Amino acid sequence: MNLTKQQYAELVKKASPNSKLLPDCLWAFVVGGAICLLGQVLRNAYMVWGMTLTDAGTLSSATLVAMSAVATSLGWYQKLASKAGAGTLVPITGFANAVVSPAIEFKAEGFVMGTGAKMFVIAGPVIVWGMMASVIWGVVYYFIRPFLG
Amino acid sequence: MQYVWAFVIGGLICVVGQLLIDLTTLTPARILVLYVVAGVVISALGWYDPLVEFAGSGATVPLIGFGHLLAQGVVHAVEESGLLGALTGGFSASAGGIAASLVCGVIAAVIGHSKDQC
Repeated sequence: MNLTKQQYAELVKKASPNSKLLPDCLWAFVVGGAICLLGQVLRNAYMVWGMTLTDAGTLSSATLVAMSAVATSLGWYQKLASKAGAGTLVPITGFANAVVSPAIEFKAEGFVMGTGAKMFVIAGPVIVWGMMASVIWGVVYYFIRPFLG
Repeated sequence: MQYVWAFVIGGLICVVGQLLIDLTTLTPARILVLYVVAGVVISALGWYDPLVEFAGSGATVPLIGFGHLLAQGVVHAVEESGLLGALTGGFSASAGGIAASLVCGVIAAVIGHSKDQC
């Protein structure tokens, strides 16, 4: 097959997103699924020890957060994230990583304006917009509640 | 079976995030914001509860579940204390996860050292 450089570049461009997309998604699926599975194992374990569903849910989230903090401190979470992409970003462990990572990173700028402020670089927007959405929903719910039967 | 569905649904929710990363120019922070807000909306429409029932942690561990928690908290608080609940419900329900993250962040900063990012 005779190809000019330009044609070859076009072929590469056509082929490369797909060949990257599939392994990326597979990694995200397996790692993300595994983190959720771990959460389920923890939640069931806490319920066996007599906690209510809500408490077990909260405590299993807190446990995942703590595990993520340890893995982030040791540099393991970042290594996993470079492979797993959204598989490590989307679960609550990714949120914890987004808090813990800058907390350590910006320690050099002090505990107030370094750690204290930079912790919220990603967590801040998530909390602000999540809160906005929930307050709006709360007001809407208050007014539609009488009609919900 | 519950474990299988937790894995599969949780994994699929992450694949959606991966597609957003690979196919769009959204940054991770925007994706997380999108997930939380989407979680509130989907939960408000009443579509998320069945998924939580079905997939357990597969639905609650991804950040959409965080949005669901906020929306549920607000409903609960409005039932209890009226319009004021719209302000208090979200934080009350999500306090555990947020406080755990912040406490872990501070502890990690005190004892940890920065690692090379890769």
